[in-house]
Amino acid sequence: MSRPLFLKNGRIIDPASNIDRVGDLLVAAGKCQTLVESPPADTVEIDLTGKWVLPGLIDIHVHLREPGEEYKETIASGMAAAAAGGFSAVACMPNTNPPLDSESAIAFVCERARLAKGARVYPVGAISRGSEGQELADMGEMRRAGAVAFSDDGHPVADSQLMRRALEYASNYNCPVISHSEELSLSRNGAMNEGAFATRLGLRGIPGAAEEIMVYSDLALAAYTGQRLHLAHISTAESVGLIRRAKAAGCPVTAETTPHYFSLTEEAVGSYDTNAKMNPPLRTAADVEAVKEGLRDGTLDAIATDHAPHSELEKEVEFAQAANGIIGLETSLPLALCLIREGVIDARRLVELMSINPARIIGVEGGSLAVGQRADITVVDPALNFCYERRNIVSKSKNSPFIGRHFTGRAVLTIVDGEIVYDAR
Amino acid sequence: MEQHHFEHKHILSLDDFSAADIEYIIQTAASLKEISSRSIKKVPTLRGKTIINLFFEPSTRTRLSFEIAAKRMSADTFNISMSTSSAVKGESLVDTARNLQAMQPDAIIIRHAQSGAPYLLSRHVSASILNAGDGTHEHPSQALLDMMTVLDKKGRIAGLKIAIIGDIAHSRVAHSDIIGFSKMGAEVHVSGPATMMPEGLSELGAVGHLNIREAVRDADVVMTLRIQRERLQEPLLPTAREYADFFGINNEIIKLARPDAIIMHPGPINRGVELSPDLADGKRSVILDQVSNGVAVRMALLYLLLGGGD
Repeated sequence: MSRPLFLKNGRIIDPASNIDRVGDLLVAAGKCQTLVESPPADTVEIDLTGKWVLPGLIDIHVHLREPGEEYKETIASGMAAAAAGGFSAVACMPNTNPPLDSESAIAFVCERARLAKGARVYPVGAISRGSEGQELADMGEMRRAGAVAFSDDGHPVADSQLMRRALEYASNYNCPVISHSEELSLSRNGAMNEGAFATRLGLRGIPGAAEEIMVYSDLALAAYTGQRLHLAHISTAESVGLIRRAKAAGCPVTAETTPHYFSLTEEAVGSYDTNAKMNPPLRTAADVEAVKEGLRDGTLDAIATDHAPHSELEKEVEFAQAANGIIGLETSLPLALCLIREGVIDARRLVELMSINPARIIGVEGGSLAVGQRADITVVDPALNFCYERRNIVSKSKNSPFIGRHFTGRAVLTIVDGEIVYDAR
Repeated sequence: MEQHHFEHKHILSLDDFSAADIEYIIQTAASLKEISSRSIKKVPTLRGKTIINLFFEPSTRTRLSFEIAAKRMSADTFNISMSTSSAVKGESLVDTARNLQAMQPDAIIIRHAQSGAPYLLSRHVSASILNAGDGTHEHPSQALLDMMTVLDKKGRIAGLKIAIIGDIAHSRVAHSDIIGFSKMGAEVHVSGPATMMPEGLSELGAVGHLNIREAVRDADVVMTLRIQRERLQEPLLPTAREYADFFGINNEIIKLARPDAIIMHPGPINRGVELSPDLADGKRSVILDQVSNGVAVRMALLYLLLGGGD
C-alpha cells in the first residue's frame, strides 16, 4: 500500500456531496479520509493551489483492442492512455477478436488489467454470441466474471426480438444494455454525413435517419420492457430530441455523446482526412448545437470517448476504405473543458457527465469524494496551456483529428485506489 | 496571350482553380491544338519528362487521350493498369505511390474507383498528380474539355444555360462540370430521377429540377450522362427502359432547348437510353469535338504543370 496523500489547497468539486470549495483532502488506505488534526507522519503532501480535485473520471466507451489487435492498443497501453487523460476507470467494448462473449474472455481482460498500471478496466460483454446478432451470449457467466454491461457495439442489434430479450435478460443481472443504434440498410458503405459536403467530396453519405430510426426502435423496446437501455455515441439533433421526449415519458434510458460530436462538424473531413472518419459520422453545426444542449439540459447523461485506436494500416488508405474511429482518451477532458469556457456547462455538470453519471450507468463505485469512498481522484489544471502533439500521445495509435490543436486545461494527476497512476505536475 | 501566373502543382479538383486559371488552360489548349493537325504531330516541349498513367479502373478514351497528349509533347509515358481487385489483394495505394516515386516520375495521371485517391497519392509523392477521374468525386480534365468545346461552338460561356441530365449524384463528370461552368459564369441546370439528385446542388453551383423539361427549356447546351448498369442494382432506377422514356434526350425534348443548342456526352454512350441514336449522330452533336479537344486540354495541363519553367 502506497503512502497516504495529503492533497492541499485544491478546489474540491464533489457534486455528490454538494461540495465546491478550496480545501484539503486526505487519502489513506486507498480511501478518502476525514482530516484529523494532522496527517500521518509518512504522508506525501501535494500542493494543488489553482488545481481542481474531482472524483475520478470514468469513460464508459473505449476500445482496447486486446485480444486480437494488440498492434493498435493493448489493455495496458489503453489503461496508461486513460490515466494520462485523467480517467481513473474505463469500460471497454467487447468487439475484440475473439469478441468478449464468454466468462473466460471477460476474466482474461480483468486479469490483464490487474497486471498493468493505470485506469481501472470494466469489461462490457457481448449481447449476442460472437456479437453476431443471432442468439444471446452467456450474460450471467460474464457478469460473474466482472462484466458491467452488455453491448454488441460496432454493430447494431438489428433483430428487434433479440434486442427486447437482451433488455429483459440483462435485467436479471442488473446490467444495462448499451446500444449502437444504426439502421444498416441506410448506412451501408457510407463514409461521412450525407449532405452537401459529401456530395462535394463524392463520398457516399450516411443520413442522420440511419441513427434516429434505430434510436427510436431501441427507445420503444426500453419503454415497452421497462428495462435499462443506454444509447451510445449520439450524434444527431433528432436523436437528442427523441431521447428528451422518451425521458419525459419515463423511459428508463440514459445516453452518451462523444467529444467529437460536440467539437467537430463534417467539414473536418476536409481533403479526405481519414482521422475525421468515424461511425456515426461527424454531423452538421446544427447537430453539434443540439448535442451541446442535450449535455446542458440533462438529455445526454455522459461524455464517453468511443476511443477507437487504428494504425496507419487502416487509416493511410483511400477514404471509403479507411476504418471508422478515432482515439479520444487524451483529448476528452480538454475538449470538455472548452464547453465550460463556452458557457455550455459548468464544472459541476462536467463532473456529472464524466464521473457521477458514468459510474451510475454501469453500476460501479465512483463519482464521489465522500469520506470512506474509494480514492479514485482526478486533478485538473484548468489553466495549463498545451499543444496536443503526436509524439506525446500515450495511446499506441495516433489516429486523432485533434493533433496540433492548442488546449487550455488537462489532467495533471490521476489517482486510483489512493495510488498515483499518472503524474504530470 | 496575356501573362497569367499559373501556380498549381496538381490537378485534383476544379474547385482549386479560378475562372482566370480555367480561361488560361483553355487558351493554352487552343494554341496547342494545332499540333494535332500537323503531319508530324510532335513538339519537343516535354522531352525528358516521365509521365505515368496509373489506371485502377478500365478506361479507353481518357487513358489514350492523356497518352497521346504526352507523346505529342515528347514525354516518355508508361501505362500501368491495375484492376481494383488485384490492388485490394496486393499493395496499398500508398506503397504503390512510394514505389513509383522511387523511379522519379514528373507526373502521375491517376484514375481510381475511390473518391479522394489522387489526394492520398499527392501526399506521398513529389510528382505532379493529375486526377483522371476519382470515384464519384471529380473528373477535372473532362470538364475543361467540355468548357473548351462550348467556348469553340458558342464563343462564350458566361450567360449560357447549361442543362446536365442524368445521374448527377454519382457522376464525377457532372460534379466537375457544375463547378467549372458555374465558375465561368454559366447557369447550370440539372435534372434526373430524384434518386440520382444529390443534396447540396446549390452549394455546388447548380439549380436542380425534378422536371427535365425545366432544365432543358431554352438551354444553349444539353449534356446527358451515361447511366451506369450497376445503378440498376441499387434501388435507384427500376429499368433502363423507363429511364429512356422519362429522362432520355430525344427529338421531342430537344425542341425545348434553343434552336442552336448543342448536345454533349462524356461517353461512352448507351445509345437509346440516355440519348437517342439520331441525336448522338446528328448536327447538334459535338461529342467527337469533345474527344478532339480532350487531347488539346490534356496537352495544356501537362505543359502548364511540367513545361512552364524550361
